[in-house]
Amino acid sequence: MNALWKADLNTSSNPTASAARDIVALEGVRKVYPGRGSAAEVVALDAVDLRVAQGSILGVIGRSGAGKSTLIRLLSGLERPDEGRIAVDGTEFSSLDDRGLRKARRSIGLIFQHFNLLSSRTAFGNVALPLEIAGWSRRDIGARVDGLLELVGLSDKRNRYTAELSGGQKQRVGIARALATDPKVLLSDEATSALDPETTRQILTLLGGIRKQLGLTIILITHEMSVVRAITDDIVVLDDGKIVEAGPTFNIFANPQHSTTRAFVSTVSGTVLPETLQAQLGPVPIVGGRAIIRIVFSGPQAGEPVLSRLTRLLAADINILAGHIDTVAGRPFGTLAVAVPVTHGSVPAAIAALGRLDLSAEVLGYVP
Amino acid sequence: MSPEIIAQMILATRQTLYMVGVSALLATGFGLPLGVFLATSRTGEIFTSPIVNRLVGAVVNATRSTPFIILVVAIIPFTRLVVGTSIGTSAAIVPLTLAASPFIARIVESAIREVDPGLIEAAQAMGATPLQIVRKVLIPEARPSIVLGLTLSVVSLISYSAMVGAVGGGGLGDFGIRYGYQRFMPDVMLAVVVVLIGLVQFVQSTGDAIAHRLDRRIRHN
Repeated sequence: MNALWKADLNTSSNPTASAARDIVALEGVRKVYPGRGSAAEVVALDAVDLRVAQGSILGVIGRSGAGKSTLIRLLSGLERPDEGRIAVDGTEFSSLDDRGLRKARRSIGLIFQHFNLLSSRTAFGNVALPLEIAGWSRRDIGARVDGLLELVGLSDKRNRYTAELSGGQKQRVGIARALATDPKVLLSDEATSALDPETTRQILTLLGGIRKQLGLTIILITHEMSVVRAITDDIVVLDDGKIVEAGPTFNIFANPQHSTTRAFVSTVSGTVLPETLQAQLGPVPIVGGRAIIRIVFSGPQAGEPVLSRLTRLLAADINILAGHIDTVAGRPFGTLAVAVPVTHGSVPAAIAALGRLDLSAEVLGYVP
Repeated sequence: MSPEIIAQMILATRQTLYMVGVSALLATGFGLPLGVFLATSRTGEIFTSPIVNRLVGAVVNATRSTPFIILVVAIIPFTRLVVGTSIGTSAAIVPLTLAASPFIARIVESAIREVDPGLIEAAQAMGATPLQIVRKVLIPEARPSIVLGLTLSVVSLISYSAMVGAVGGGGLGDFGIRYGYQRFMPDVMLAVVVVLIGLVQFVQSTGDAIAHRLDRRIRHN
């Protein structure tokens, strides 16, 4: 058991969510796929504990093969875990038979990377499908579907077949379809990965709006950090079937702990060092060399003349290597990589000085 | 050609249309569910039952590997049981249906297996039962391919129907053999071939047009 990494997201950064109850709860979930032929069995998820507060947006990130897809299949009730419990909206999945599980799936809406719309149906027909499956009457379906198409801004495409829609419009149909049975949770399986950046932004805006309007809980499974940064309240990081890091989005971006998280965060936070420097980076101080320090700005200090103060304090020249300022979870967030000459005591002094300025700083390594 | 022969030929054409039409309908009735079952009962599919799948598959293959003319004669007792006689146009419908059903089953099977598995997953996530998935997802999505496959089957049936003269089934093929070949009337043979070509052309272009209209993967302006 890796109890150290237990993901308890009740301390959500989203003020509306922190007081709310958990809508999704996973406890000690394990899923193993048997090996085929001589291949060994695959532990897709192990000891996963996860709680998602109602009305929050959770981002699940991880490399391919980390267990993201398995998590989706378990959460949507398409598969059962080998160990552990899964509860959505107070319904314990393991207590349900197949029929009950089919019904419980209606409380979870699913949107897909490749939309998975029926080419034989119009936009209207696709959104109507889950309602037909749930046994709604034709008249109720008509009213409901028209309302949903309006919600996603597609009323004018009502009678278009999917081949006549753009990628963004298809995903809007997908979202309307996922919301049809009034689910409590919306699961997004890489839903923006096949879209261009502008369309991605529109879809995320739509999801954010729907969350506010319907009080929906959204779980975004993705490998795109820009998506996570834009709308999530909390993040869990999956690596090799385990949750290796979890917490409010801002904290994860400001202070990533696990190497996988760091790799993901660096893809958007601009602390990627020049390659030649990265190659020289070592863990041991070299006299006459330089220390590479990563400074994180996360709020009011962004206005402070930090570098000139530091220069005066250390009486040394400071070199800027990489930097980036961005908005994470609605707050300004910046990172800066600087090089400080290594002399006796200069590095601890720099870290202490930065600490007094209320900045978090860490030594990434040393170069000659 | 004498008016008498022309009258004979019209009768033969009607016999062909009757045999092919009825057996195509019956064979679709048997072949469609059989094809759906073959496609959905493999391991990991919505009606997983690999053993039954293999058994049904073996029967389908056995029927398809029997030459049609042998099948016609071999099942005479069965034909007599079903129709009451083993001779005549109605009796010929039995072997035609029996030959076309597994053919249609295999065509429907491949059409359904081409449906994107993501659509099945989406329907499952909506809480669809396996039967709902078949009715609302698999068959509608595979419909253009199924229609093309049925067209192919009807064309094959027209060809098969030429052989049922062996059990007195009549029809254009039998007419062509008896008059064109055995009585050495090349003009009759030519006329039979022309009518058959026209018939196949008509069936094929009608099938193509229907499949095209049903296919929503392409834009229709």
